[in-house]
Order: sequence, then C-alpha cells, then structure tokens
Amino acid sequence: MIYFDSAATAFHRPPAVRQAVLDALDTFGSPGRGAHEATLTAARAVYTCRTRLAALFGLSDPARVCFASNATEALNTAISGLFSPGDHVITTALEHNSVLRPLYRLRDAGLELTILPADEKGNLNYDDFAHALRPNTRGVVCTHASNVTGNAVDLDAVGAFCRAHGLLFVVDTAQSAGVLDLNMEKTSISVLCFTGHKGLLGPQGTGGLCVAPRVTVRPLKVGGSGVLSFAEHHPSELPTGLEAGTLNAHGIAGLSAGVDFVLSTGASTIRAREHALARRLYEGVREIPQIKVYGDWDSPYRTAVVALNLGDYDAGAVADALAQDYGICTRAGAHCAPLMHRALGTEEQGVVRFSFSYFNTEDEVDQAVCALRTLAE
Amino acid sequence: MLRNKEPRTVVTFRTTTDAMRAEAAARTHGLDGRLIPVPREITAGCGLAWSAPVHAEEALRALYEAEHIGFQEIHRLTI
Repeated sequence: MIYFDSAATAFHRPPAVRQAVLDALDTFGSPGRGAHEATLTAARAVYTCRTRLAALFGLSDPARVCFASNATEALNTAISGLFSPGDHVITTALEHNSVLRPLYRLRDAGLELTILPADEKGNLNYDDFAHALRPNTRGVVCTHASNVTGNAVDLDAVGAFCRAHGLLFVVDTAQSAGVLDLNMEKTSISVLCFTGHKGLLGPQGTGGLCVAPRVTVRPLKVGGSGVLSFAEHHPSELPTGLEAGTLNAHGIAGLSAGVDFVLSTGASTIRAREHALARRLYEGVREIPQIKVYGDWDSPYRTAVVALNLGDYDAGAVADALAQDYGICTRAGAHCAPLMHRALGTEEQGVVRFSFSYFNTEDEVDQAVCALRTLAE
Repeated sequence: MLRNKEPRTVVTFRTTTDAMRAEAAARTHGLDGRLIPVPREITAGCGLAWSAPVHAEEALRALYEAEHIGFQEIHRLTI
C-alpha cells in the first residue's frame, strides 16, 4: 500500500510514537489525580508534552498549552469561548467546516460574520481584511494552510492586521503544525488550535489549543479538574480551566514522542522533504493531458498537497481506481471545505488529494505518476 | 499504622502543571522533596503539593522566583 493521505491523518510514524503509547498503557495512572507513582508518571509525561508543544509554537508558558481531543474540539472551544452574539468576526473561504460550522452556529445566535473570498487558485486578497473591518469587529479566525490546495495563508500579514486593530486572532494549524513555521508571539496569535495526529505524528484523539498570555477563553466543558473539588465552578487557571475530565494521557504520550521527532528533525527539514515529494508528483503529472492540478504552484509557501482531477471523472471514481488497481491511498471528495471547492469550481466533481509525509519515498511518487498516466490514457 | 509525622515545608499549587514544573525544577537544582497529596490541614480540595525539608523554604522561594514558577502558598506543617 502506498499512503498519500497524510493531510487526513498520519500513517507512517517514528517508532518512538508507538513505543511511547505502549509504555504509557503499561505505566500510567490518571494524570493530575492523586500523588502515587503511576499518576505522577502520567502527569510528568503530559507536562513534558506541553513543554515540547510550547517550544514548537513559540509560547513561553507551557501551562497555556491545553489539550483537547482534536482540532475541531479546540476550534469549538476557542470560537465559542472568545466570541459572542453582537461581535463581528472575519474568516476566509479557505476554512474547513471545523471553523465554519462553529461560526455559523454563533451567527445563528447573532454573531456578524464576514467570509473573505478566495480566487480561482484559492488565494486570498489581503486588502480584503481591512475592507471588512467594522466598529464591532472582535477577531479573525483563519486556517494556516488550505487542506484542499495546500496553499498557506500569510499569518504574519494577518497577525499584523489583528495587532494593529486590537483583534483576537485564532489560527487553525491542522494542516501546518509540524511542517510550517509557527511562532505565536511573533505572529500575534491569540489562540493556536492544533491536532496531534497529522504533522505532529501523534495518535488520533489528541490535539489542543495554545492560549496567548492575557487572552481568556470561556470553557466549552466543565467538570472534574483534580483541584478545588469543593468549588461549585470549574477553576479558571490554565490549562485546567480548559481541560475538564481525564486527559487522553496515553495518546498525549505518543504525541509527545511525535513532537520530539519534529523538534529534533526540524520542521524545515521535514518541510523540504515533503515539498520535494509533492513537487515531484506535480512535475510528473502537470503535462498529462486531461489532468488539472489546483492551487497556486508559484508560491513556495505551502504544505505537501497536490489536488487534481482527471478529465471530467468523478474524483471519487479516480481515487477508487487508484486504491483498487494500484494500492494508492488518496482522499477524494469535498474535504469538509465547501467554500474552497466553490472557489476552485469543484463543487460537483470534488478533487483527488495526494498528501505526503516525511516517510514517503520518490519511488512511491513515481508509481503514482505512472498510475495517473495510465488512467489518463 | 502510618509513619511518624515530622515538620515539613509544604508548597501548594493552582494547577498540576505548576506542580510538575516545580518538581522538574527541584530535580534539576538538586533540591530534596517529593510530590504528595495536599494535606487536609491546608485545603479541602484534591491536588498535589511539594513536600520538602523544613529548611528548604528559602531555597524553594528563590527557585520559584528565578524560574517564574507559580505557587499558591508555602506552609510549615507537621505531616
């Protein structure tokens, strides 16, 4: 099997990730609940993961790394915990439904929402941010990189806009964490939402939100905290304030090993490797008649995604042929990003998305090129 | 039968993360002590506290200030 679906979830992982989860299953008690050795072992592992994520994301205080079950939960927490009916929020057509649906739900309750359009290559016009500004604009929510085209948003530009106008800045890094450079303080990010099971190479069921100093997020959930048991209200101190209930410490142990791999290897090294693989596929198929590749390939600021279609074939049929006849795993369909597909003109057809990991090989890419050439004949 | 009580310096924290940070810092700087359940004398809640020899209070305060480690209170208890 050739796995080109890393934008959905990592498949190839460093062996240390698997070992960390197995060790955790054998040794962990409940993190932050009690003081015996098993619970302390779990709590120490969770804390180590916080320190690694803080280092990766340019956050000085590891206590402001709050775990959640995935990026969707983190984004729901951030969006519903920062914004209220009557606020105006700016977002973009590049967004995944994990951003759009929490915003739509708030819009139903009275939030004002502006969605900045993308052009036919999936790019934003950054002047649109200033044009969208209103007296009650409270913040911007945007992805770091499109999960459809792979093109990245210039977070420095958006962060500067937010800083200039005193806006909250929520960033969805589901596609970029571990691959593209991120620095919360430098980029003025208020809340950085991440998933653990993609570029950070951890298990599914891990993710979280990093909250900048002086930013307060209302919790989505309240309940067990391990501290202040007799208080009627959930404690507000981070990370406890946003972590009601027992953490997925077994998964976080694996995530910690994944983040350690990213830190020791270097996101720039991982990025260069993945870009080379994506570029190899792009160059190998771009001249094939009938194949249309989407996104902006003139920009080097992107993730390792190649989104394409073959003639008028339904993207699902092409992905199915790749899987059944060649053992190549891709993702077809709408990718939970309806507005991006509208911008690209692929609402009906969908796209076939190839997404690469550090662990893929040139030979695998060449097999995919051959398969696409054959299917195009 | 529980072990005999002795005077200890006991530090409480607002979050488990602060307790973890305090433990790691103490280990790094070779300060004696260990994490214990918070004694009922100082709070009715659950959580972790750092239990250290009585003479360690000054060194702990200096460490927490230098490393910017948040703590709630420092007590001297016989536990």
